[in-house]
Amino acid sequence: MQLDKIVIDAFEKNKIELVTTVPCKQLSGVIAELEARESMTHIPANKEDEGMGICAGAFMGGKRSAIIMQNTAIGVTINTLVTLTQFYRLPLPMLISFRGELGEPVACQVEMAVHTKALLAQLGIPTYHFHNRDDVHELDEILKYTFMCNKPVAILTDASFWKGE
Amino acid sequence: MIRSEIIKNLVPVLSGQLVVCNIGLPSQEMHLFGDQPSNFYMLGTMGLSSSIGLGLALAQDKTVIAIDGDGSVLTNLGTLPTIANNVRDNFILLIIDNGSYGSTGDQPTYAGKKTSLAAVASACGCENVIECQADEAVDVVEAAIASKKMTIIICKCISGNIPVPVITLDPVVIRHRFMQAVEA
Repeated sequence: MQLDKIVIDAFEKNKIELVTTVPCKQLSGVIAELEARESMTHIPANKEDEGMGICAGAFMGGKRSAIIMQNTAIGVTINTLVTLTQFYRLPLPMLISFRGELGEPVACQVEMAVHTKALLAQLGIPTYHFHNRDDVHELDEILKYTFMCNKPVAILTDASFWKGE
Repeated sequence: MIRSEIIKNLVPVLSGQLVVCNIGLPSQEMHLFGDQPSNFYMLGTMGLSSSIGLGLALAQDKTVIAIDGDGSVLTNLGTLPTIANNVRDNFILLIIDNGSYGSTGDQPTYAGKKTSLAAVASACGCENVIECQADEAVDVVEAAIASKKMTIIICKCISGNIPVPVITLDPVVIRHRFMQAVEA
């Protein structure tokens, strides 16, 4: 089965009904799969902090939400993660393309990659790193864990993961 | 008329409604004049009132009024295309435009100079954009609620502030009672 479908199936199984996205080349398949899924509302956002605001509102309105974005967005969203998502104790699965890892063709992506895990650790955000294709089978448990503990949770997905068919 | 007077005048109209209150003085003024469980007070995160309001409106059917400011909308200008392209007729965005960053000492914003937020909202694709003056705010908000059409209101007023206490409610308490009001 395609990874894109497995990922969105796990979202659906965990009753996530609204997903905001800011695209990344690595995420194009999963975003297309989301867009095609009738059971989920897809709201493209112009910036990731805006997307997190939409997710916060949706959750308080009774719908589980999630965000799909690139790891560069961690740099954009620190204030929102801390003063909104964490301060109000809101659950937020963050499916993140981990650019700048092995196989990366663009040097600039490495600059943010080297800070990504350190920033997430500094923020006290539970972080999972999908490197092999089989890692996707943890997604269901990670989503359950996120809605159990009411925290933002990062799922970093690197190029090796997405290529591991 | 300054923002705090507009907010005070709006309290009866907003009674029982789901209200997302912008960071800083707008939240503090709503809390002082018209605290209710269905007010969501933003204690931080400048710029996201409209985004939180849109998410809330997308997730359920009750009317949502997001109170924003010109400075905050300028901070998160990407919100207007998102709102325009994801129409929810239970959503009202009320931008109180005093042409200044009121909570930080009334430094002027570009909305008080050459930039028209009403024109920006229209250019972004928002369909019901109303610019009004402070003394029209109550009637315009009341009409927007009754219209059941997504409406963007830019309410012009002069800058200035009154002393108001900070909100000491715990954020989790704010969220909990707000979510109970959403469900009720």
